[in-house]
Parts: sequence; C-alpha cells; structure tokens
Amino acid sequence: MVDTASREAFVEFERVQKSYDGETLVVKDLNLALPKGEFLTMLGPSGSGKTTCLMMLAGFETATHGDIRLDGVAINNIPPHKRGIGMVFQNYALFPHMTVAENLSFPLEVRKIGKSDREKKVKRALEMVQMGDFGGRRPAQLSGGQQQRIALARALVFEAELVLMDEPLGALDKQLREHMQFEIKRIADDLGITVVYVTHDQTEALTMSDRVAVFNDGKIQQLAPPDTLYEAPENSFVAQFIGENNTLEGKVREITNGVALVELDNGDLIDAKPINVSQPGERTRVSIRPERVEFNLDRLEEGSHTLKAEVQEFIYMGDIFRTRLKVAGKDDFIIKTRNAPDQVRLKPGEVVEIGWQAEDCRALDAN
Amino acid sequence: MSNASEAPTPDDGLKLTDSENTGPVLAADGTPLKRSLGRALRRQKLRALMLIAPLLIFVLLTFIAPIADMLFRSVENQIVSETLPRTVVALDDWDSTTGDLPSEAVYEAAYYDIFIAAERKLHTRLGSRLNYELTGASSLFRKSGRGLDDLGEVYQDQFEDLNEAWEDGETWALLMGSGDWQDKAYAWEKSSGDLAPKLELREGIEELLPKTAAAYSSFANFVRVDDGDNPATEDPWSLVYTAFWQDLTGGANVASYSGPEAELLMEAANAASGFESTTFAEGFADIDKDWASTPIWQTIKTYSPKYTSGYFLNSVDMQKTPDGPELRDANERIYGILFKRTMFMSMVITISCIMLGYPVAWILANLPARTANLLMILVLLPFWTSLLVRTSAWKVMLQQQGVINDVLVWLGLVGDGDRLVMINNQFGTIVAMTHILLPFMILPLYSVMQTIPPSYLRAAKSLGATNWTAFWRVYFPQSVPGIGAGSILVFILSIGYYITPEIVGGTTGTFISNRIAYHISSSLNWGLAAALGTILLAVVMILYWAYDKIVGIDNVKLG
Repeated sequence: MVDTASREAFVEFERVQKSYDGETLVVKDLNLALPKGEFLTMLGPSGSGKTTCLMMLAGFETATHGDIRLDGVAINNIPPHKRGIGMVFQNYALFPHMTVAENLSFPLEVRKIGKSDREKKVKRALEMVQMGDFGGRRPAQLSGGQQQRIALARALVFEAELVLMDEPLGALDKQLREHMQFEIKRIADDLGITVVYVTHDQTEALTMSDRVAVFNDGKIQQLAPPDTLYEAPENSFVAQFIGENNTLEGKVREITNGVALVELDNGDLIDAKPINVSQPGERTRVSIRPERVEFNLDRLEEGSHTLKAEVQEFIYMGDIFRTRLKVAGKDDFIIKTRNAPDQVRLKPGEVVEIGWQAEDCRALDAN
Repeated sequence: MSNASEAPTPDDGLKLTDSENTGPVLAADGTPLKRSLGRALRRQKLRALMLIAPLLIFVLLTFIAPIADMLFRSVENQIVSETLPRTVVALDDWDSTTGDLPSEAVYEAAYYDIFIAAERKLHTRLGSRLNYELTGASSLFRKSGRGLDDLGEVYQDQFEDLNEAWEDGETWALLMGSGDWQDKAYAWEKSSGDLAPKLELREGIEELLPKTAAAYSSFANFVRVDDGDNPATEDPWSLVYTAFWQDLTGGANVASYSGPEAELLMEAANAASGFESTTFAEGFADIDKDWASTPIWQTIKTYSPKYTSGYFLNSVDMQKTPDGPELRDANERIYGILFKRTMFMSMVITISCIMLGYPVAWILANLPARTANLLMILVLLPFWTSLLVRTSAWKVMLQQQGVINDVLVWLGLVGDGDRLVMINNQFGTIVAMTHILLPFMILPLYSVMQTIPPSYLRAAKSLGATNWTAFWRVYFPQSVPGIGAGSILVFILSIGYYITPEIVGGTTGTFISNRIAYHISSSLNWGLAAALGTILLAVVMILYWAYDKIVGIDNVKLG
C-alpha cells in the first residue's frame, strides 16, 4: 500500500512535549514521522496522551516543546483554520442549525469557492459516503451511523490531504462500527489521503491501520504494522494491551542460541525468545498468545520444556474452544483451539502437558 | 435518537388488536378496556388535581380574578345609570345633536335623581366620574347637591306656613302610611337592633298622590336603612314637599280622599295653586348656568349605557362626542406618546442588555465550573439587593453633583459649569433599567451557551473558518434561543416597569406604567388605568404572538 520510495515524512513530530499544569508531562518526548497516504492509528488507554497529540496536530493545543511539521513546514504557530487539516470529532460536531448540505458546504464557503463548484463538490462528497439523498436533512434527523458518514464527508469535502479522526466510531453499536471501519478504510485508500486515527479499541486499530502507535504514559510504546504489533510486541505493556495474552513470571537462567531458559517462580523451566532480557539472572515476564499453546506434544521440537496443566474450565464459543488452565500455580492461563472435527475437547479436572515453540514465547521486561 | 421513536411501544400491541377485532377490546374481567383504563386513570388525575389545587386556587384568587376585574373595570360604567336612573330614561328622547336643551321632564327626573343621590352622598362620586369626561362636572354636582335642597325648601316653607302640621313627620306618616304600619312603627324601639318596619303605603294614596308616594317611599326607605331611624317620626325631605306640590297642582282628586287628615289635605290642595313656584329648568339654571347648556347633558347621555368604550378611547387619545369618537386636540394627546416611548425605551434597554450580557454569558459558559459559579454570584448579587437601593444608587452616580460628574470635572473633561444631565431623563432610565434587568438576559443566555459543546467551534475552525466566522456562522445561531428568551423576559419586564422610571425618569423618562399608577393612586380614575393596563397586556400578547410566528416559541430556551 505504502510505496517505500515516497517514505519521506508528511507529518512529523520531533521531540514534542506537552504539559497542561507545568508539573507533569502529558506527552513525553514524542518522535513520530508518517509518510503521505499512510493510515496511522494512535492506540492507548485513556489518559495516555493520544488525543493530546491529535489536538496539537490539529492546532487546538500548543506544544510545550518541540516541532510539529506538516509537509516539511513547522506548523506550531499556524492557527487551526489555516492548517487545512480535515477532522472528524468524537461526537461528530455536525452543526445542528444547518442542513447536511450546508454543513458540507461550510468549509467550501469559508474558502470562497463559487456556488456551482460548491454544489458539485458537496454532491460528490455525499455520494462518496452513499448519502446522496440526505442533503436536505438536518443532523438531528439522521441516525448515528448516518451522522458519522456526514462528518466524514465534511472532513473530506475540501480535499484535505491529512484527516484526523478522534474516536469517530465510539458512539456506534458493534455491527455498525465494524461496517464503518471498513468504509473509512476504503475511502481513505481510494482518495490516497493520510489519516491519523485515535482510538482505544484495539480491534479497530488492528483492522484499519497501516501502522499503529501504541501510547502509554505519554510515550509511544511501539510503532509497528498490526501483525508485528500482535505477534512481536516489544514490551509487556504492548503484549498485554494488544489481544489476549498469557503471562508467566520468572528469572532467566541462561541464554543459548537465541533461546532463553526461564525458571518460573514455582521452579518449572520453560523456553522463550529473549526480547528485553540479555543477562542470566534478570527477572522477566514471558508472554504467550493463547492460540500458540500446544498440548499435542508431538508437534513440539525435540527436547522442548513442557508444563503440567490442570483444566479448570472449558468454554465452547462456536468457532473456537477456550480452555482455562491452572499452570505454574496460576489459574488464569488460557488456551484457544480451533473447532476442528478431530479437535480434543478437554474436561475440567483433566491434567495435560502443554508446551510451545520457543519463538512464540517472548521474554519481556518484568514491569 | 430517531431510533427511539421508531421502536415499538406497549401501545402498538393495543392498536394491533384494536384493528384486528371489530368489537371493543375487553379487559380481563370483561369490562371494555377503555372504561377500565379510564377508571384507573381517573384516580390518578384526581390525585394530581388535588396536589395542584392549592396553587390553582391561589392563582385564581390572586392573579386571574384581579386581572378579570381589571379588564371588566375598563368598560364598566354602571355608576351613571345607577345614580341617575330616571334621568337616563328621560334623556332617551332628547336629541343631543341639535343643540337644544332637554325638556322640563329631564330636569324633573334629574332633580329627583340628584336629590336622592345627594342624600346618599353618591352625587360627588358621579361628579368625579363625569369629571374625567367633562371638566367641571365634579364641582357642578357638589354644588347641585346643596342647591337642590333649596329648590324644594321653597315649597316646604309655604306648606309649613300654611299649616304647622306639615312640619311634623307624624302628620306625613298618618297621611301616607297604612294604619297597620303606623302601629308597628310607633311600637318599634331603636335599641332593639332591628331595622324599623318597612313602609306600607295607605291604600289608594299611590293613585291619589303618585309622586308624593314615590318620594315619601324613597325617604322612608333611606331613613329606615341608611340612617337606622324610624321614618314615622322623622321630618321628610324637601323633595317630598316638591312632589306633594306637583301632585296637588297636577289635578289630584283630593275630594275623593276620606282617610285621616282629609281636611288638612284639602286645605293644602286649595292653597297649592297659589304657591310661589318655579320650573325645574330654572331651578337648575339658578344653581349653575352649566345646567342650562348642552355639554353636561350630552356627557350624561353619552355615558349613560352600562358599558362604555370611553376609557379605551381615552387611552388612545380619543374622546366620545355626540358625533362619534374623534381624536383629541393635539395638546391634549399624551398616551400615544407614552406608549411609543415605552416601546422604544424597552427596545433600547433590551438591545443594551444583549450587548452587555452576551459577552458576560459567553465568558461564564466557557470558564471552568468553579470559577463560573463564583462569577455567577457577581451577576446575581444585584438581584439580591433591594430594587430601591440599586435605583437610588444610580441617582447618586448620575446626578449633576454625583460621582460620575465629579470625576469628569476632576479629570477636566467637563467644565464645572456644564455638568452632564444624566438623570431625570430617558438616559437615566435606560442606564438604570439596563443594569437592573441585565441578570434576566445573562441567565438564559448562560444556560443556553452551556449546552453548546466547544467542539462545534473547533470543528468550524478545523474546516477553515476564522475565529469570527466560526463564531458568527456556528456559535451565534445556536445561542439565538438564549437571546430570544432573554429578550422576551427583559422586554416584557421593562414594558411594565414602574419604580425605576418613577425615581430616575423625571418627566421625559417615564413609562406608561407610571401613568397607570397615577390613575390608580392619585386621580382615582381606575377605569382609565384599567383600559391602559388592558392595552399594555394586549400589546405584550401581540408581541409574544409575533415572536412565536417569526422565531417560534419552541426556540426559546430558559435552560
């Protein structure tokens, strides 16, 4: 999707800091560059600084320190209305006293675009979001999903190259949200616009984005494409924040051939891939995805370490089975197995041996 | 939001069954569902009504009833026909447009009416009422109350000179009353606490001496009821002697009378035709020459109906004339100017309140809640001080020797000789009333602005609007309901404002309400005050209606 040749920064944050009260930093030393046409999602829990970053980019908050550049030009001192950035707000912010068409025509009017041009562009934008017949309605007469489309059309109608979206799907129900995710992504790709998208919903982030920046505590914890983020989290925050995850705590005993031997707190030994650990004796938290746990030991490599596990609960979920096990003294270890004809259905009380490929189990920092 | 209205409601189920079955839907016990629902709701309605009953009664007694009374007073005019019943009837035949004086019959009727009214002390009230329409009527009636007594005394003296027996009330009681009544009347004790027995006329006396009987009955009734005395022992009014003389000279068949005092009556009848006499018209003219001119009679005739449009015509600078309503002379017109001034100044006050209140409300709405609450106290503080104190404070500030002038003189901006006149004129009223009514503008504005999310302004700016465009195209239209509510409040309050214009308004800064207050408390012309008040109420209602048509009352938000 993103052409590597044009990978020079379109939007760039350089050493950006933000503080509201002069005592604590909401955004700490943010460095971020995204090329033209990228769909970047800022993902993180509330209070992690993602919305503040978006507001600084839009111009509604000023950076306490550092530069924000758009297409190579520092925009710190440019007022919001001159930045030419489209924005979709959390509650849509459609002007209630104007019709849909007037809402869309507003950004064109303030740009002094002629009437016939305006009408053409409004019509095109409405058709793009499949709302061609709704120009005469008022926002209050539209459903949540329709308002969402209009808000999107309004952010796009003046041909902004950069569009910011602040949790735009937060108010929609699950089905509509999934549909709109697809829709937004399609439109963004069609128009080739650059999108910075803020959400706290990780599924949304994974399905829509070219890259995801995971925020926590005012810092970007990891900036990577969705698959990397899921499969190769770089620290234990990302591992736990993205997707479902089993963690076990212990100490590194030795590292050989890129495989760490970790001694868990109850004395059991497991194999893991060292990510944030380098020295024997370091404390670590290992992370393993539920679907990568194996209890058919034939599939494991020769000499792999295994653990005893006692089945606590078996949950039938249709496409998958979800089994809760007691492993290494903790009873919240989850494994997921596909509902295949030959799949074993474990029963509570059963004791099984489980194991995994060393590269699926990541030894991360102990925080 | 729109989904909610499309969602099925419990009622839908009822409608469905209703349309499927042709018969009425039955409740579980077999009664029609409608009736059983009605019964269930009736108790609720009754309880709700009982809850609001105290307020309802209070409002009815203290609000609806006085307003209804006021509306009624603006057209009510029963005093003329009640005080001068005979005159009003007699005047029916008189053509007021010819310029001729009314006939002797009218003067006679007026004599009886005014004489009885004077005894009852009602003639001065009627005089004040007619004085609103014809200057001088008040003193004319006061004078006539005394003068008409003299008119009758001419006959009284002559009858008494003829025979001393006519001086005694007992003679009259014997002549006029039935024997039965006399027995009862003489047995009556004033100390008993009851009224004296009601007069019963002697049989046949009414046919013999009709006018005397009527006059004596009026006299007896007055003595009995108003004075609480015994008519049988009281000496009659001079009116009775006049009537007696009229009857005797009018061809009464005295010879047919056979009751007591027949001789005395015969003697009087023989002498009466030789009495010194005068016509009623002359008698009235002697009292005041105004009675011998048409205006007073025209006024009485014009205002004789029980209901009149006179007060309303008066309120719009018109007057009733025999030729129909016409505009008053230019130098007598006052209410039109006052109404226009009231409207104009209320408008200026409303606009100043918008100008001053809008930025304050905006700041309040955009501050953090804690600071906003603190500042809100400053807005409300004037609310909690007495209106009089605030208005008087403006007097201190604005007068020629006041704070502002002193400061200007001290700064050298204004010479000591030509200090600014800022009070006792329209300027003073506008300043003081803007200050007093400002909270009524700020509060609705604030509550409306609080509901406008800041994200609208942000959205507008992100779409490329400058600060001004974003405000004017996006924020302002959404705050219009607040302006509407505030303007209605301020305008309607100021249109009826009284105290402040009274204190700081001087002569050029007073409102129509000051004139209403004057008529209520000083000139006591309540009818005119009521008519002015009714017009004011109508103007407010028309404005409200116009506002509803143009802006829509749904768009007014108080919070």
